Amino acid sequence: MLCLGVIALYFLLAGFIYLAEFFDWRIGPTLWAEQAGQSYAPPSSENIFGTDIFGQSVLRKTLYGTKISITVALCASLISIVIGVPLGAVAGYFRGFVDEIIVWIYSTLSSVPYILLILAFAVVLRDKTFFGYKLTGITAVYLAIGLTSWVGICRLIRGEVIKHKDREYVLAAISYGCTRRRIIFRHLLPNVFHLVIIDFSLRFVAFIHAEVILSFLGLGEAERPSWGAMINDARIELSRGVWWQMAAATVAIFFLSLALNIFGDALRDSLDPKLRIQ
Amino acid sequence: MTAYLIRRLLYTVPIVFGVLLLTFVLFTLVGGDISIEIAGKGATQETIDEIREEYGLNKPLFLSWDSQFVNHFRNALTFNFGRARDREPVIDKIKRGVGPSLALTMPMFFGIVIISISLSLVIAFVRGSVWDISTVIICVAGMSIPYLSFILFGQYFLAYKWGLFPVFFSPELRMAQYVALPVLIGIAAGLGGNLRFFRTVMLDEMRNDYVRTAFAKGLTARRVLFKHVLKNAMIPIITRVVLAIPFLFLGSLLLERFFGIPGLGYLMVEAINSRDYFVISAMTYISAILFVVFNLITDICYSLVDPRISLE
Repeated sequence: MLCLGVIALYFLLAGFIYLAEFFDWRIGPTLWAEQAGQSYAPPSSENIFGTDIFGQSVLRKTLYGTKISITVALCASLISIVIGVPLGAVAGYFRGFVDEIIVWIYSTLSSVPYILLILAFAVVLRDKTFFGYKLTGITAVYLAIGLTSWVGICRLIRGEVIKHKDREYVLAAISYGCTRRRIIFRHLLPNVFHLVIIDFSLRFVAFIHAEVILSFLGLGEAERPSWGAMINDARIELSRGVWWQMAAATVAIFFLSLALNIFGDALRDSLDPKLRIQ
Repeated sequence: MTAYLIRRLLYTVPIVFGVLLLTFVLFTLVGGDISIEIAGKGATQETIDEIREEYGLNKPLFLSWDSQFVNHFRNALTFNFGRARDREPVIDKIKRGVGPSLALTMPMFFGIVIISISLSLVIAFVRGSVWDISTVIICVAGMSIPYLSFILFGQYFLAYKWGLFPVFFSPELRMAQYVALPVLIGIAAGLGGNLRFFRTVMLDEMRNDYVRTAFAKGLTARRVLFKHVLKNAMIPIITRVVLAIPFLFLGSLLLERFFGIPGLGYLMVEAINSRDYFVISAMTYISAILFVVFNLITDICYSLVDPRISLE
């Protein structure tokens, strides 16, 4: 329950920052660019996590970074679910030639190391214009993560659909004369969809860490603060003894990942006892 | 056996084709013409044309024996990846980087595997105890700390603050000196997830009847664990271990960047910063080939450890 609370807190915070930006409320996180004190002021009662080189409050930057991370992880999840689930279901249901093509696509993608694949996509997609829309900052990041991460869920759904295909309820649906689209999307998918939820509650952590690494390598959000960019700043600052920016970003990532990890495990144990990890 | 091998080898052909197609689509179709970027600001049209000529970017994309599509395949299959931004052939750069990368990743990898497998056996034996629960808690906590934080804090405290290790790579250091700290950090960061995985594998094995029989016969715990359980848990272990080997060649992007070790990860980071598509494309292709090869080795290993799996 505590974990769920922590996750909800992060999501609420991200949503709240969106609202605040939309209505132009002048609250802490949206005012991250403002000077809150001297350059590199250590943590004090005024600035709980101190300030960075420009005198901006680290606490505000960290809170703002929540929005970036949650957005990236959420959009990446959505993209990979939208690609992976239908492809997996179609491959598992029809088998034959369609199946072979889809299996070929995902075996190809999965034979390139994951992080290298994300990096290659992110490098190429960055600052490209598609249909008059320029992919800047986080858009390129979540596209890169989303377009490369659907493989796992596609494989999972395909396997599960193959198992379910010959069950009675599917045969019954066929005998009613249901269309194939209806069987796949109204009968089969709802029966395997809990796997998607379990998979993504655990994958969310990987997405957040991937965003941090991409931002750190300079492929992420450039103008607004994110956790990865904060860690990148901290790389130089640490040798001067400025540890608070690093600590703030680490703490923020740690609690979110910990909560998601525990929550994902609990979810798996209750929804799918077969996969239980003792 | 031979028939299986041939069939299995044939199966890798579409995968290699797919990887080549992927790199072509990514770096040539989506990536686009980078000759203007290579030429730099204020370059004349002639320089740009010369660069286009050299990289073959002025040729048609498809539908010709001399098209970019065909050349991409030809070059990749002969391991000729052209020149990087600094005019050095890409393949030379990669060859130079393999050594330091392996020096870093090999001890790290074997450290993680040996420690986590033996620890997981012990923990599976004392399952349910305080030790077991606290290990799981530490593992999950370790998995939640970002990799970057492990590296930064490790570098800061162990090398910079306490001076136990050199902070950066420098050519006059011996390999063992500059590799020690990154290896240590890598093991610390990778242990959580691996230990947790192997613990699950071992626990699944421990519940089997043959374990009870072995204990009932009066065999020692050590013999049961290492002779019986470990042998039967070999399949998932092999999958995880052998398939991780191709990644060793890639080096560790982040560790090499932080410690300035001139391996393949460092090369990759440099290539990202300068948007050097040739290097990134070559690295993607080579690592995919390695992965395909090791996938094949895994399948052969299965039949060696488990006679029930026949190569039919």
